Amino acid sequence: MSIDSGALAASTTQQTEQQGGAHRKGKPALSEGKKAERRLGLLLCAPAAIIMVAVTAYPIVYAVWLSFQRYDLRFPADRAFAGFANYAAVLTSEYWWRAFLVTMIITIVSVAIEFVLGLALALVMHRTIVGRGLTRTVVLIPYGIVTVVAAFSWQFAWTPDKGYLAAMLPEGAAPLTGQVSAILLIILAEVWKTTPFMALLLMAGLALVPDDLLKAAQVDGAGPWQRLTRIILPMMKPAILVALLFRTLDAFRVFDNIYILTQGSNGTGSVSMLGYDNLFKAFNLGIGSAISVLIFIAVALIAFLFIKIFGAAAPGSDEGKR
Amino acid sequence: MATAVESRPAAPAKGSSKGAGMSEGQKKTWWAVADLVVLLYALVPVLWILSLSFKTTDTITDGNFFPRSWTLDNYAQIFQIGLFTAALRNSIGIALISTVLAVVIGTMAAYAIARLDFPGKKVLVGVSLLIAMFPQISLVSPLFDIFRGIGIFDTWLGLILPYITFALPLAIYTLSAFFREIPWELEKAAKMDGATPLQAFRSVIVPLAAPGVFTTAILVFIFCWNDFLFAISLTSTSRSQTATVAIANFTGASQFAEPTGSIAAAAVLLTIPIIVFVLFFQRRIVAGLTSGAVKG
Repeated sequence: MSIDSGALAASTTQQTEQQGGAHRKGKPALSEGKKAERRLGLLLCAPAAIIMVAVTAYPIVYAVWLSFQRYDLRFPADRAFAGFANYAAVLTSEYWWRAFLVTMIITIVSVAIEFVLGLALALVMHRTIVGRGLTRTVVLIPYGIVTVVAAFSWQFAWTPDKGYLAAMLPEGAAPLTGQVSAILLIILAEVWKTTPFMALLLMAGLALVPDDLLKAAQVDGAGPWQRLTRIILPMMKPAILVALLFRTLDAFRVFDNIYILTQGSNGTGSVSMLGYDNLFKAFNLGIGSAISVLIFIAVALIAFLFIKIFGAAAPGSDEGKR
Repeated sequence: MATAVESRPAAPAKGSSKGAGMSEGQKKTWWAVADLVVLLYALVPVLWILSLSFKTTDTITDGNFFPRSWTLDNYAQIFQIGLFTAALRNSIGIALISTVLAVVIGTMAAYAIARLDFPGKKVLVGVSLLIAMFPQISLVSPLFDIFRGIGIFDTWLGLILPYITFALPLAIYTLSAFFREIPWELEKAAKMDGATPLQAFRSVIVPLAAPGVFTTAILVFIFCWNDFLFAISLTSTSRSQTATVAIANFTGASQFAEPTGSIAAAAVLLTIPIIVFVLFFQRRIVAGLTSGAVKG
């Protein structure tokens, strides 16, 4: 196995501090070598930093600016400052709140299912005594497959008269056209695609649980369930929180599956679908930008709450500081 | 599936060694059942789209999981649509260029993070973390406007830029995790033995770093290959439209043709590189995903 369990526990900064700590103690004047090292470090990081900031920070600031304007691409001459009018329009619209609700439901339900399934899958991949390589190979297929491709597979499978899954349903059922059933199918498609990723992250956490400890607990009479809830899960907590945080934020962005499965019809659109539709069907950059900014704020809030409530140490941050 | 076979136990189940609880053979049977469930889980949707791609026009709506009559027409058809060939070319070109650039830029940054002491290191790690969590839809409206303004809307560059940006956190995390494992003292040792810095780098560091760089390249390529949101928002013609968008817009060879077969065939083609990566580099991908995300 190529996962080094010792290194897994340590975060970036801790490790780098161990390496650089000897030099930094007492902070003497920087030597020539140290200065050169700093220069080289900054130089090597500059391209990555510049491109990341240029393609995300600048546009999001620009989106804030656009969101305060009346800016309809069909009537570019009417462009004018509009204050909070766009935000008022979005926040009082039932479309926004319905999309928000749908997004939250998809996010919460799919992440919950993924966690349970992912944990089971991780246990199988970690513990199985037959075909370990085989299971680890096939689960990468859902992870790697193009989301649009997988979505089409599900769409055809659930289309009446065409799909093998629809064929199992009672006559006349069209699951992709009902709101509740379509949302369930979107969740199914999301879960299928991303459970392996969750499982791989959890498997890395499982590798941190020492076998000796589990054996000792077994000798002391702890059953499988007790070993899972009292030893394995608590020891995996950091890995679990990282996996949940990343998957939650990722699920909140759900777009591809909905676009292919339902096109957002019958009240199945997510906030991402709403933002897309506003730009490319309504051609309203002002409203579209207001939606962009609101989604950005929502994601930031979710990340913040997650880290505050669960104390998830984001990877690369100091323990608990972020 | 060479990687899969080697980790399987050499001997088959040894029959019944009756003891307390489950025997060795029973245990193996249960694990085999669990493996089978995983196998079906992962493969059924893929086999279904594969099966659809081989169905003939009159059987494509029969709802059977396996084709009753086979044809390659669907594949022949999609290559007659000029749009799809162009889209495939765009997809491959854009994904490859983005991968190379993201890996080069990411390698520089990851080397600095893993090896050098400099101010702003934490900021860079924090920024890449924020980008990994960034809602991409939030960029669609502003990038659409900005790219039209500076004339790179509907160009390769217009997709390569966001792809590099969102691939960089992945590249930096994965690579710096790999780089931290490299025994860099070997380089010094080689220099002491009389190697020039270039020789030491080429014959000691490059072979050690190559697997990590290669793994990262695979992960980044998969990410770029997968994208749909940017591709559908920031392109409008076959000049830069990628295959994922082309498939979603398929309407069949003629106006009245049923596009299911063509979509399925195109979908299978898009899946081939993924299957190849998975079969040949399973270990590396697993190592890359877990090290990048957990070690951070």
